[in-house]
Amino acid sequence: MPKVASKIGSIGQQHTITVLVENRPGVLARVAGLFARRGYNVDSLAVSITDDPTISRMTVVASGDEQTLDQISKQLTKLIDVIRVADYTDAPMMERELALIKVDADTTKRGEVMQLVDIFRAKIIDISETTFTIEVTGDVEKINAIERMLEPYGIREMVRTGRIALIRGARTAIQT
Amino acid sequence: MRGEGFFVFLARITESPDRADLLKSVNKMAKSKSGIQKYQAPPRGKPEPVRDGATVSGARALMESLKAQGTEVVFGVPGGVMIPAYDVLYDEGGLSHILVGHEQGGAHMADGFARVTGKVGVCFATSGPGATNLVTGIANAMMDSIPMVAVTGQVRTTAIGKDAFQEADITGITMPITKHNYLVTESSQIPRVIAEAFYIARTGRPGPVLVDVPMDVALNKMQYHTVPDVKMRSYNPQTAVNLDGVEEAARLIAEATRGVIYVGGGAINSGAWKEVRELARRTNFPVTTTLLAKGAFDETDPLSLGMLGMHGTAYANYAVRDCDLLINIGARFDDRVTGKIDAWAVGAKSIHIDIDPAEIGKVYIPDVALVGDCREALEALLSCVNERPRTEWNDQIDQWKQDFPLWYAADQDEVILPQMVCDELWKATKGEAIMATGVGQHQMWAAQFYKCRHPRTFVTSGGLGTMGFGLPSAIGAAVGAPDRTVWCIDGDGSFMMTNQELAPARQHKIPVKVAILNNQCLGMVRQWQTMFWDHRLSAIDLSHQPDFVKLAEAYGAVGLRAEKPSEVRGVIEKAMEVNDRPVIVDFRVARHENCLPMIPAGQTVEQMILDRPRKSIG
Repeated sequence: MPKVASKIGSIGQQHTITVLVENRPGVLARVAGLFARRGYNVDSLAVSITDDPTISRMTVVASGDEQTLDQISKQLTKLIDVIRVADYTDAPMMERELALIKVDADTTKRGEVMQLVDIFRAKIIDISETTFTIEVTGDVEKINAIERMLEPYGIREMVRTGRIALIRGARTAIQT
Repeated sequence: MRGEGFFVFLARITESPDRADLLKSVNKMAKSKSGIQKYQAPPRGKPEPVRDGATVSGARALMESLKAQGTEVVFGVPGGVMIPAYDVLYDEGGLSHILVGHEQGGAHMADGFARVTGKVGVCFATSGPGATNLVTGIANAMMDSIPMVAVTGQVRTTAIGKDAFQEADITGITMPITKHNYLVTESSQIPRVIAEAFYIARTGRPGPVLVDVPMDVALNKMQYHTVPDVKMRSYNPQTAVNLDGVEEAARLIAEATRGVIYVGGGAINSGAWKEVRELARRTNFPVTTTLLAKGAFDETDPLSLGMLGMHGTAYANYAVRDCDLLINIGARFDDRVTGKIDAWAVGAKSIHIDIDPAEIGKVYIPDVALVGDCREALEALLSCVNERPRTEWNDQIDQWKQDFPLWYAADQDEVILPQMVCDELWKATKGEAIMATGVGQHQMWAAQFYKCRHPRTFVTSGGLGTMGFGLPSAIGAAVGAPDRTVWCIDGDGSFMMTNQELAPARQHKIPVKVAILNNQCLGMVRQWQTMFWDHRLSAIDLSHQPDFVKLAEAYGAVGLRAEKPSEVRGVIEKAMEVNDRPVIVDFRVARHENCLPMIPAGQTVEQMILDRPRKSIG
């Protein structure tokens, strides 16, 4: 093992980190600020309340080598409002992301786009003379795939929620 | 005597029932022969003690909560939105307040107070500029893991976010430089928030906590309840040592032939000095301390290597270079200690003891990590470490000490060398004083030549390197330890950044003694420009400084000056005789003296510049 910790910003594996925090004003700023000032890379960040209204759950996707990720977990744990940090990367987990995609779909393209939507088990949730808005849920690869398939038709606008994750089986984030 | 100082006087005032008598006594004292104006506390009422469940204002609850946490003294400056709190203070018996010149000074005083007492230092500031003036002091405490609670006023909750007069988002501003902070939105939260703030500040790895109290929260009535104990599901500072590593650490110690004990501020915070001494005694491993750990191990002990790092002793740095086991007790592998980290202690196995899990592997990856309180970890470790005899390693260390001692030209007749002043101060105080410093060359000379014998006696800004820290931290230290002699070795540049704090020092008759090593320039910058920037001396000249003797006198302090080496001892003695007001000693020292040895930033011990031979002096 190298004696010296790795440099900030070193590239490595993507990790999915679940952070349970006190549902208080400013807690998102504390977490986001920590990533910014310590130079950690965040690929996505999803936040919402949980079944317990006093707890919010953040799912952070961050990349870096093993040591950097270890530091991220430790530094997050140090924040007073953070209740629990769990790195799910090596655990069996379910990951999902939701995307809304507004794609060009005039009368000549509609049939083909609808077929793609079917294949991906996505949904058309809005329609205009020239566009569809598609809702799709799935893991990252699926979202990337439908994006790639829709690109030739002309994506006007797209939004992704960022990844969320739960561990498989009866275990919970508190217990990992 | 300091014991007869302002605390006693305050107590007398608050006990006196008769205002007329009180004023008479104040006037009488004001006209006393010494010419020193005594502290004139305003006539005070006698507050009813707050009972559990009583209805009081938020401000009153704040003061009661601070007292419940053991707060005796607060350093601060009032202002618009802090008037509710200061109004309570007007009647307050159990809480002294020192009105400081600038909030930064107040924060440093709270910091210095905390460093010598081990208690939580408390400072007050009003909203907006008052709060932002605290920022440097808070960041300083954060970097050095000093327990502090800063209470700031805030505009009314209804005005927050409206860019109201003197509004600043101080919780946002201090988020990265506090261990935690609070914006209190309901008066009823105050007792719990203050209890949590102190708990967070002093437990685990200590640090500053800021509590922001809006004006209406201070004014509104609430039911006061004491907070018997703090429980937070999201904060459980780990103190129990993970014992798995202890045996492995003991094995490394048993197998090592060239061990070095590297002690940091964590050893001071945890009160581990007895255990450090015992580990050294039992293993015969030499001990080097960081700047912040000075005093955690008696520097006059034969096993002491003094400070290590950029301006550390050559023998400490050689010992780290050649050791085969490095035992880090509460230090954090700071770059000023390690230089080029890839080339530091390359051949050594290492043990890292720290209460903060995030310090393990942040910079340097140890072979064994003991996460927990340094003292408890050492206790556990000592139970499985056997006595070891002196070895060739000790002989090698002694040889280095002989060959590369800290050195200065002691035979100078004309020019005072700054090292000499530090050395003479050490001799005059026998290392028994509390020594504060500013930041710069003088700080490093103080660290080299003032050999600390006891923990919590060296008060210096390590991590942040805050010029101007010296005088206010010395004042805070003197308030915390009124029976100790408190010196401050300062630079002329550092001193000019916060010398307004002479006013409160004099008001409260705090006899801090400031030795200014006056080289009429920003010496450390001059040194770098000389050594690494081709002598291009840019913006370092301070020769247009005020006359420090006259400045001291203008503040009602004692001003002394020494211009020749022969005068040094005499002015130190004179300064030591003063015990009722601050003393400033202007030591006119050699302007172009460099602080050596030095390992240039980011380099290794092989590039160390030794302090002999020297080219020019004076």
